[in-house]
Amino acid sequence: MSPQIEIQLIAVIVAVACALPGTFLVLRKMSMMSDSITHTILLGIVLAFFVTHDLSSPFLIAGAALIGVVTVWLTELLSRTRLLAEDAAIGVVFPLLFSIAIILITRYAGSVHLDTDSVLLGELAFAPFDRMLIGGTDIGAKAIYTSGILLLINLAAIIIFFKEAKVVTFDPMLAAVLGFSPAFVHYGLMTLVSLTTVGAFQAVGSVLVVAFMIGPPVTAYLLTDDLRRMLILSGAIGAVNGILGYQAAALLDVSIAGSMAVVTGLLFMLVFVFAPYRGLISSLLRRRNQKLEFAKTTLLFHLASHEDSEKDIKPDIDTIQTHLHWTAKFTSKIIGSLEHEGYVQLSGNLTNLTEEGRSASIRDYNALFSR
Amino acid sequence: MNSVSALFLDYTFQTVALGSALLGLISGVLGSFAVLRKQSLLGDGVSHSALPGVVMAFVLLGSKKTEVLLMGALISGLLATLFIVGVVRHTRVKFDSALALVMSVFFGLGLVLLTYVQKIPNSNQAGLKRFIFGQASTLLQRDIILMIICGLVLLSLVLLFWKEFKLFTFDTDFAQSLGFSSKKLNLLLSFMIVLAIIIGLQTVGVILMSAMLIAPPVAARQWTNKLWIMVTLSALFGAMSGITGTAASSLVPKLPTGPAIVVCVSIIVLFSILFAPGRGVLYRIYQRRKNKILYKLEGGSPDVPSN
Repeated sequence: MSPQIEIQLIAVIVAVACALPGTFLVLRKMSMMSDSITHTILLGIVLAFFVTHDLSSPFLIAGAALIGVVTVWLTELLSRTRLLAEDAAIGVVFPLLFSIAIILITRYAGSVHLDTDSVLLGELAFAPFDRMLIGGTDIGAKAIYTSGILLLINLAAIIIFFKEAKVVTFDPMLAAVLGFSPAFVHYGLMTLVSLTTVGAFQAVGSVLVVAFMIGPPVTAYLLTDDLRRMLILSGAIGAVNGILGYQAAALLDVSIAGSMAVVTGLLFMLVFVFAPYRGLISSLLRRRNQKLEFAKTTLLFHLASHEDSEKDIKPDIDTIQTHLHWTAKFTSKIIGSLEHEGYVQLSGNLTNLTEEGRSASIRDYNALFSR
Repeated sequence: MNSVSALFLDYTFQTVALGSALLGLISGVLGSFAVLRKQSLLGDGVSHSALPGVVMAFVLLGSKKTEVLLMGALISGLLATLFIVGVVRHTRVKFDSALALVMSVFFGLGLVLLTYVQKIPNSNQAGLKRFIFGQASTLLQRDIILMIICGLVLLSLVLLFWKEFKLFTFDTDFAQSLGFSSKKLNLLLSFMIVLAIIIGLQTVGVILMSAMLIAPPVAARQWTNKLWIMVTLSALFGAMSGITGTAASSLVPKLPTGPAIVVCVSIIVLFSILFAPGRGVLYRIYQRRKNKILYKLEGGSPDVPSN
């Protein structure tokens, strides 16, 4: 396999593996927890390194994953006191753990290649070189295998516990009543997030793990209401981001992981603007229509209620304008559109309800108030 | 004790300590509003989002002066905030997801630009990344002057709009019904928070800036229910931990300044959460035990389930 294909394969696998637990993070309003964990795993790596004194030891990965869960636990412990909001708890815990890690590194591991950059800014371009550096035959594929195993674990966990994860995500009370432990699902999910983060940061770097974990699910969130479909869509979007990001990076000769994050953002922007029902354009259009509909209904009510009350108030355009606090332009627009629909009749400056307009107003009134 | 007094007369220490204290003060004041509005993590997001702006400023203006880089950081931080606010306003995406997305995308863009800059011949881009990750010990006197100016502007804005911000923070709907534009206030407050974050970037760095914005207000919140006391206390805690952290890092060899400040401020938070009167964890335990005894004295059954 050529290095280009290998890099893209790794990127796709990592992206899909990140998108799966990321979906639940987005739905459970815990997106920033991924950012928190990507920072604190450094402490896990440092602590495990002090125990093993070996940078390639698997205990480093275990330590990192463990610290991820500890981060979640500490954050919950703080926010459970209800003395501070959950996001504030996240913001207190992760800088502290991260600072401790940096202090430990500068004081005791200055000579080891364990700096923040190597952890924070992973570089996908070096993944295929692993093979040449160590000399084995299969080492270059090591990143493919590790991220592949990660993907399998995530897939298996989500398929097996789909029902539990779904009910806990959308209705934790119901889940508890039905006998599923929300805490169990929560920490299970967080273990997955932690494992995935650790597995992915070497490939794409920690801040970009956040882009992979949150970007595709948020994009999919604007496209569907169905959990199963959202998971599949997130995976697909993640894969597309990976491939397009790599191609862009190769074309412009820039950071691969960075370019993947940028593509993630661009794809989200596209969906954000054009998504049916939930996009910017359709939301603006809907709001405009609602505003017009509301104004029309209001004007019909107004005319209908003034029709048989005070005879000295004439329903001319100026009066309507002052009564409803509308601008002249808006008033004539609404009256024009009502006239077009045949609900009002213009005679000179006076607007009179037609028979249809009267019955439409009564129908609206009944629809709103008679229950 | 001798080394301590010698330290406080040291010029470099004075500069760095003054800078850190100023930063703690400013972020303490503005962080109070961010924390109360449950947007604590905005600091984390904005400081990451500053990277592309810093690189762009360097590319376009070819200068590595603090003011130029800060201006770039400010613009890209503001842009990120606008994106976040826009996404939250127009879709069902929640604040935290929008924040995480925008932050990581901006940071990715920064990395792309950085690798792009590295290819330009004769460009001396070294130090751009360090700018983001913070290096308190490199603070110069001009940086301090910049901080003082920005700090004065921000503090006077807070004083000027005190009543509006207070109302907006605690009851947005009421503020709107009184005729204040919640859109404008939200933007103004967000912009001020972004400015505070950007001037802090250099001192404690992108990752630890969020702590300076969150921890002092959270600690201050435990001691009072009044906004102005909370803001004052928060500024005090921020300044205190700035000075203490700088002193600790000067006295102990190989102790980086930024992390030392964060550890100091975290200790204040833990202390406040445990010991704050009327609210803290220990007070609550004491109160519960007292109530139990009172209940027993009144003839209640002693083994009431505690949960």
